Amino acid sequence: MKEFNIYLTGVGGQGIGLLSQTLLRGADHAGLEVIGVDTHGLAQRGGVVVSRIRCGSRVFSPLTLAHTCDLVLGMEIHEALRGMNTAMKQGGALVYMNLSWQPLPVRLNQSPEVTAQEIAAACSRFDARCIGVEPRGLADARMQNMALVGAVAKHGLIPGVSKSDYANALEDLLKGEMLTRNLDVFKRYAG
Amino acid sequence: MKKLGELLVQEDPFEEILMGNQALVRAMIESKTRVVTSYPGSPTPEIATAIMDIPEASTPFYFEFSVNEKVATEVAFGAALNGNLSCVFFKSVGLNVALDSFVQLGLLNIIGGMVVVVGDDPGANSSQNEQDNRNIYRMAKAIVLEPASPKEAYDYYKVAARLAVAQKTMVVLRLTTHVCHARQKISFAGYKPDKGYKTDFDTKNGPYIPLTVLALEMKRLALKRTAPVLSFIQKSGLNRVKTSSDSRGKGIITSGLTWLSVLDVLEQAAFRPNILKLGFTNPLDPKVILDFLKACEQVLILEELDDILENQIKAMAYDQGLGTVIIGKTDDRDFIGEFTPDKTFDKILDTWPEMMPAQDKTKTQKFPLVAVPERPAQMCPGCGHRSAFFAVKQALKKEDITVADIGCHTLGYMPPYAVGQVLLCMGASPGIASGLSLNNTQNKVVAFLGDSTFFHAGLPGLINTIFNHHNITLIVMENGTTAMTGHQDHAGRSINIETLLKGLGIEQILTCDTYNQERLTGHIKTALGTKGISVVIARHPCMLKFTRSQQKKQGYVRKHISIDPSTCTRVHACIENFGCPSFVRNPDQSVGVNMDLCIGDGSCRPSCPEQALGFERKEE
Repeated sequence: MKEFNIYLTGVGGQGIGLLSQTLLRGADHAGLEVIGVDTHGLAQRGGVVVSRIRCGSRVFSPLTLAHTCDLVLGMEIHEALRGMNTAMKQGGALVYMNLSWQPLPVRLNQSPEVTAQEIAAACSRFDARCIGVEPRGLADARMQNMALVGAVAKHGLIPGVSKSDYANALEDLLKGEMLTRNLDVFKRYAG
Repeated sequence: MKKLGELLVQEDPFEEILMGNQALVRAMIESKTRVVTSYPGSPTPEIATAIMDIPEASTPFYFEFSVNEKVATEVAFGAALNGNLSCVFFKSVGLNVALDSFVQLGLLNIIGGMVVVVGDDPGANSSQNEQDNRNIYRMAKAIVLEPASPKEAYDYYKVAARLAVAQKTMVVLRLTTHVCHARQKISFAGYKPDKGYKTDFDTKNGPYIPLTVLALEMKRLALKRTAPVLSFIQKSGLNRVKTSSDSRGKGIITSGLTWLSVLDVLEQAAFRPNILKLGFTNPLDPKVILDFLKACEQVLILEELDDILENQIKAMAYDQGLGTVIIGKTDDRDFIGEFTPDKTFDKILDTWPEMMPAQDKTKTQKFPLVAVPERPAQMCPGCGHRSAFFAVKQALKKEDITVADIGCHTLGYMPPYAVGQVLLCMGASPGIASGLSLNNTQNKVVAFLGDSTFFHAGLPGLINTIFNHHNITLIVMENGTTAMTGHQDHAGRSINIETLLKGLGIEQILTCDTYNQERLTGHIKTALGTKGISVVIARHPCMLKFTRSQQKKQGYVRKHISIDPSTCTRVHACIENFGCPSFVRNPDQSVGVNMDLCIGDGSCRPSCPEQALGFERKEE
């Protein structure tokens, strides 16, 4: 593989860090050359978190050029659209968690909330596959990131990386009960 | 995978995917660094997190969070005078705090050697500016290495340590945000642990007292080091030339992460320029640079922020009478932000249009950007600072002036609170407020200060208000931790702020928990009515830290706030004035609660004039 770029985004506190590390290690288990970077600034305080993962033999910087990402992952609906606006490649794919953590201007009634229809419209403009993941049935919001990993595995969105590669990645990163619970959610969404 | 801390002290070689900040810790251990100090600050705090993950029994070196970056530098320096390799690390603007001590280091014979790791922040990802510390490194005659990736951060630290020990000096390892936070697989070498801590201080190794004549003598001795250092740099091979078979007379000189942007962008190039990648950016090695210039007709210098390399390289070319065209910064934009792949693409395209494919501008025009509401950082659900600001607003008059400081409470400047109208840097608020209060009978002046910052740099300003009888109210936002950078410890663990303030002779000190809003508002009104310095300690533990620790406990039951629809009259005080991010505005303008965010702390309840906010219990 020459180059495969992934753009991950969400709100501080949604577990983008673990999501990103799971995909990065999954790609490594699959034998891909891989590099990643998180950009969080003050994101721990409810701001935007962006992470990038780049796989392949011809990638250098962990940062990506605009509109070159084959896969955009959004943990939240506003951030999914914001991510597409800068990163989505023509013919790429979007996987997003269909939930809203309203940003300040929405709560202050200064801006409308982004809708699933707008996401679908943006995807069709990019000729991008659009996969919405429903958070319903997830008792613990901290496991939503695993639902997204599951969806990526289910649809085989990162070429060459299999379900067992992601599971191995999780076994690297988590222990004990946390591992069991995260693996359960991953498997449920990976199908 | 082993626990990170166990991995870092493993004696056998290993291969693992680590972050730049984490890889650095392994390099410290392999290099036999004996003392490491820091004050927490982004982008470097994960270095400390990795160190603190190491099991206590196998701790390879002494580590402390010092009270600020200057003290951290001094502790590391003192340890190095005893013959131990030491390291201090901090954020970019931390160098300003450390500066008075830092500028001396290059003059001294530091027998153990010292590595100063600075996390510079082009792009101001998490700093109040994007200052180019290379200006300071030049002034301080510091030797500087600039890695481009986590792997290089690991390799370069070891080179920096070798050079620092060999030359008995200080060497700077200049990281930038996306080098600190990048992750990649790295092969780590093995090592043999040994704890040979030394106490060899001897004035014979000096001079160490830089007074008048001696200061100049010390500078002469320091300058003598240039020749052996240049020879070390040349032998290191870290200033690397990559010659192209089809350069067409073009060359690029670059360093750090920008080098990787160049490599990425050139994947699309019609032909490839020669590339000189500088690992050592101070002092510059004239030999490698002049040879490179001579081999090219045109050279583009790509560097983030200021024109440090450009000016030196142009001067070298001028002295040698070289005809090579040297292209550096041509536009204000070249001085701002990171040289991301996008920016690098544009710069190369502007300089040599024939090298790059024409950009398909229609690509972005075809997809008009859909506006997405901004998402500024904000205080967490349950944050005691929010309650404090809500109470402060009730006590202040419109014309009163509020002075912010650095910390989570800086976020109070945003709507809906708008508390905090001016901000400089850590610990500056008592001083700024004092200046604003001079001859000011119109406005009350209120300064805010977090507890970690109080010890870091707030104390001199506070003592000045007492000494010079300034008329201000200081509100200490005490949450018991260094929260913004990830909950590091601070001096408040050993020193009680209220006791300290009493010891300073301040008479009006009022303390309460910020959730007790009526009382807090009363305290602030009382303080504002006091002549001279008055202090209100607005106390509440960091709820992010507290909730995380609660969630780990067995039988933890998470509470939530619920809104009674029969009582709620949709005045929106909760969502618009109190502004907890857990509140949701529904399309019909009713208010809901985001159960993923709400921690059920109840701090919002006093904000509702209709008392519509109650508790709902939920089993985890």
